[in-house]
Amino acid sequence: MSDFPRWRYFLVAIVLVLGTLYALPNLYPPKPAVQVSASHSAPVDQALQQKIAATLQSAKIPFIDQSLKHDVSRGDYVLIGFANGDLQKSAADALKQALGDEYAEAFNLQSTVPAWLSAIGARPMPLGLDLQGGVRFLMAVDQNDVVDKQEIRYTQDITSLLKDKKISFISVARNATRGQGVNVVLGSAADRSAASDAIATEYTDLSVSDGANTGDRYVLNAVIKPNKLRDLATSAIRQNLATLSNRINALGVSEPVIQVQGEDHISVELAGVQDPAEAKKVIGATATLQYVAGIGDGRDPAVQDAVKTGNIPPDAHLYPGREGDPRGPYLVSKSVIASGDELVDASSGNDSQTGSPMVSVTLNSAGAAKMLDFTRDNVGKPMAVVYVERTTDTKVVDGKEVRTPKTTYTVINYASINGVFSNKFQTTGLGSNKEASELALLLRGGSLAAQMDIVQEGVIGPSMGQDNIDKGLKAVLLGLGLVLLAAAIYYKLFGLVADVALFFNLVILVAVMSMIGVTLTMPGIAGIVLTLGMAIDANVLICERVREELRNGSTPLAAIRAGYEKAWATILDANVTHLIAALALTTMGSGPIKGFGVTLLIGILTSMFTSVTVTHAITALIHGGRKLKTLSV
Amino acid sequence: MEIFSHNSNVHFLGLRKISVGIAILLMVASIALLATRSLNYGLDFTGGVSIDVGYDQPVSVEDVRSALEKGGIENAVVQSVGGTRQVSLRFQPKDDTHYAMQTGQSPNLDVIAADVGKALQASRPDAKIAGRNYVGPQVGEQLRSDGVTAAIFVIIGIGIYLWIRFERRFAIAALATEVHDVLVTLGVISLVQREFDLTVLASVLAVIGYSINDKVVVFDRIRELFRSSRKADPEEILNRSINSTLSRTIITSLFTSIAMAALFFFGGPSVHGFAVTMLIGILVGTLSSIFVASPLLLWLGVSKKDLMPVTKENPELARRP
Repeated sequence: MSDFPRWRYFLVAIVLVLGTLYALPNLYPPKPAVQVSASHSAPVDQALQQKIAATLQSAKIPFIDQSLKHDVSRGDYVLIGFANGDLQKSAADALKQALGDEYAEAFNLQSTVPAWLSAIGARPMPLGLDLQGGVRFLMAVDQNDVVDKQEIRYTQDITSLLKDKKISFISVARNATRGQGVNVVLGSAADRSAASDAIATEYTDLSVSDGANTGDRYVLNAVIKPNKLRDLATSAIRQNLATLSNRINALGVSEPVIQVQGEDHISVELAGVQDPAEAKKVIGATATLQYVAGIGDGRDPAVQDAVKTGNIPPDAHLYPGREGDPRGPYLVSKSVIASGDELVDASSGNDSQTGSPMVSVTLNSAGAAKMLDFTRDNVGKPMAVVYVERTTDTKVVDGKEVRTPKTTYTVINYASINGVFSNKFQTTGLGSNKEASELALLLRGGSLAAQMDIVQEGVIGPSMGQDNIDKGLKAVLLGLGLVLLAAAIYYKLFGLVADVALFFNLVILVAVMSMIGVTLTMPGIAGIVLTLGMAIDANVLICERVREELRNGSTPLAAIRAGYEKAWATILDANVTHLIAALALTTMGSGPIKGFGVTLLIGILTSMFTSVTVTHAITALIHGGRKLKTLSV
Repeated sequence: MEIFSHNSNVHFLGLRKISVGIAILLMVASIALLATRSLNYGLDFTGGVSIDVGYDQPVSVEDVRSALEKGGIENAVVQSVGGTRQVSLRFQPKDDTHYAMQTGQSPNLDVIAADVGKALQASRPDAKIAGRNYVGPQVGEQLRSDGVTAAIFVIIGIGIYLWIRFERRFAIAALATEVHDVLVTLGVISLVQREFDLTVLASVLAVIGYSINDKVVVFDRIRELFRSSRKADPEEILNRSINSTLSRTIITSLFTSIAMAALFFFGGPSVHGFAVTMLIGILVGTLSSIFVASPLLLWLGVSKKDLMPVTKENPELARRP
């Protein structure tokens, strides 16, 4: 047919083939699997694989042999597939006992998509928690806490600044109202202007203004600048996110989803975890830092002796280094110089003189004073940074879970003191920029920048997830089938053509969602069913137009042409307004509505293509180049 | 096959006083319902604790409620979801009399869930807790305001588009009908006290999208007929437009309803509310496309002159649809 150019047939064919290919992986359901990874520096190798196989065989848990694999390209872990969730659970329990603390076992899913499909980048849609089971937390970051911490810190800092500069003052106190900064009361106008200058030059993030004078009380008000406050708020969220990621990684959950939601919320989704209590403990765990005097590292004969004999000097601790640290373990003093809550900031960078990687650390005034006292007497001696983590250990004893709180100490940095310093100092001697940024993250990640509150919590059982998948699939297939049947009955041949297009609409919709990586949820499935029900509208419009043209006396071919042409304007207008509605849905912050909106949005776009272009191509193929007396519509 | 005679010529606009009168009545009734009975807000909006419980054998909602009260959990909303073996409970943490809430802290869901499990298993040992949720009070407020913002954004966005593509009067008529559709849909949900949760909110927004689709198709035909006919009596043109799109309006509604019915019967409890709301919205939207939107347009005084391209000198523009 002349009004359907050849290139468009190619376009339709290419899109249909690609759509089918990229939708295909969703037909391969992933298998339940257990992921074994090293929690410390334990090796992940052939020996581990054999040990796992032996453990499972002796426990008589059947596993899928070819899926026992260690694929370096995907990550440093071993993945074992099982036929069902029960086997997966008992295997994880068995492995936990056999492998001990050295390895972490987590529930995961193993893809069964054929290699040739994975090779072209085709992957299935990730399933949402409501389809997979798991735990979800939504946490609100307490912004007031951020302001509180900063204002308390500035109160201390200004006090010590004025003492340093020998400016006499009556009082330095935080304003009773949060966000109103620090009030400094001085004895004379001259002192006030001197203090004002000193504060303004030292702390550029504060805006300083004169307050009301009463008698000989001269008031100075220092407020944190609004843009700095905003920066602080966003960095607090970012820091909390990093801290959470660290802690959850320690939990051994495979592929946790941790993201910022809205302005000050963080959502955490842990697929496969069924016990929120354990997850909550880790999230709320208190990790902190300690700066202590170093006594010796692993190369020191005294330390080697202590390791061998177990005789540790009474004023010292023996702590291990980080995994893969050749210098560990370390002997450090028991008295703490400064601790994590006195740390204000840590950032990585390069030393301005040597260019070597370093981490610069800022302490608050209390920590600074102690650091100054210590470094004055100990230049050239080593200092260690100890990372203290409190976690809960779960062990299965006689079929019962026994939880024991556990505190682990790790020396994350050990270096010599090069000079006297107080609130700001640098740690150098790091191997690489990567190591520097990791150390900065650990230092910052030790504590939360602001308190967090769990404002939403949900547990979805795995059977509920499977149930949802079954029901969702049934609804999609039945919805599709019924609409296909109705269209074929009502519009005969044109209805069948629309049916083909509608089927491909589903295929392309699934393909696009898989390619973008949209997480499939129950509301998303509802969106798919709605899209299928509404996509037929374009065909109804076209068929009604064609019928109308036929009644007005057009020839069949002219009726098809005019039908498509006239219907197109209407379809476009109707779909643009519908797109506006779908767009608004996607901007809704929260999960379920967003999933629905995204599905609807993609569905409207794909349906415009399949309902108009694909049906036109098929209609043109059927009717083109033939003399027609009637149309089956 | 044809259900509707293609040369039907029902004088819909002749009924305009009655039809718009009914529409206004429905709107007023809906507003009254929303004001007095309000919506049965779900956990997403009220905050609190919700616990899903599965039973091996059928159970009645009354039994569950009395078991809970005996076990010290008061004021719980008990709803059966998807048949007789699954119920969903919703209550505030303080309604669990065993549980002392610490101020300023999120409640311990494990303890509360254990309390519920104990209370239910006392009378029915086959009760099993399938899922639990906690939503803090501030989350609901945020969501409610987000939902209202999204709805306003949709209505204004669509208004601007119609204003540009059609004309001011079309935008106003569409928006007024749109507000009617949303209010009446919410009114029905309030009347039957269906739980209003996030997915229902999503489907209310989808109803806006669906129903505007319907109106645009009729408006498109009105514009086309105004432009093509020499003698343009607005009432006659509007009536002809409704009649000639009638078949499409109803068939599309039927097809979409079929899909939603499949979702309702087979999609399970989590999408029940969605499908029901969509079905109500489709019915309301279809009726208002036929009986309400065009009379409004007529009263606003739409005429052939308004729809002709502005620059008459440019023949290129005049040919555009």
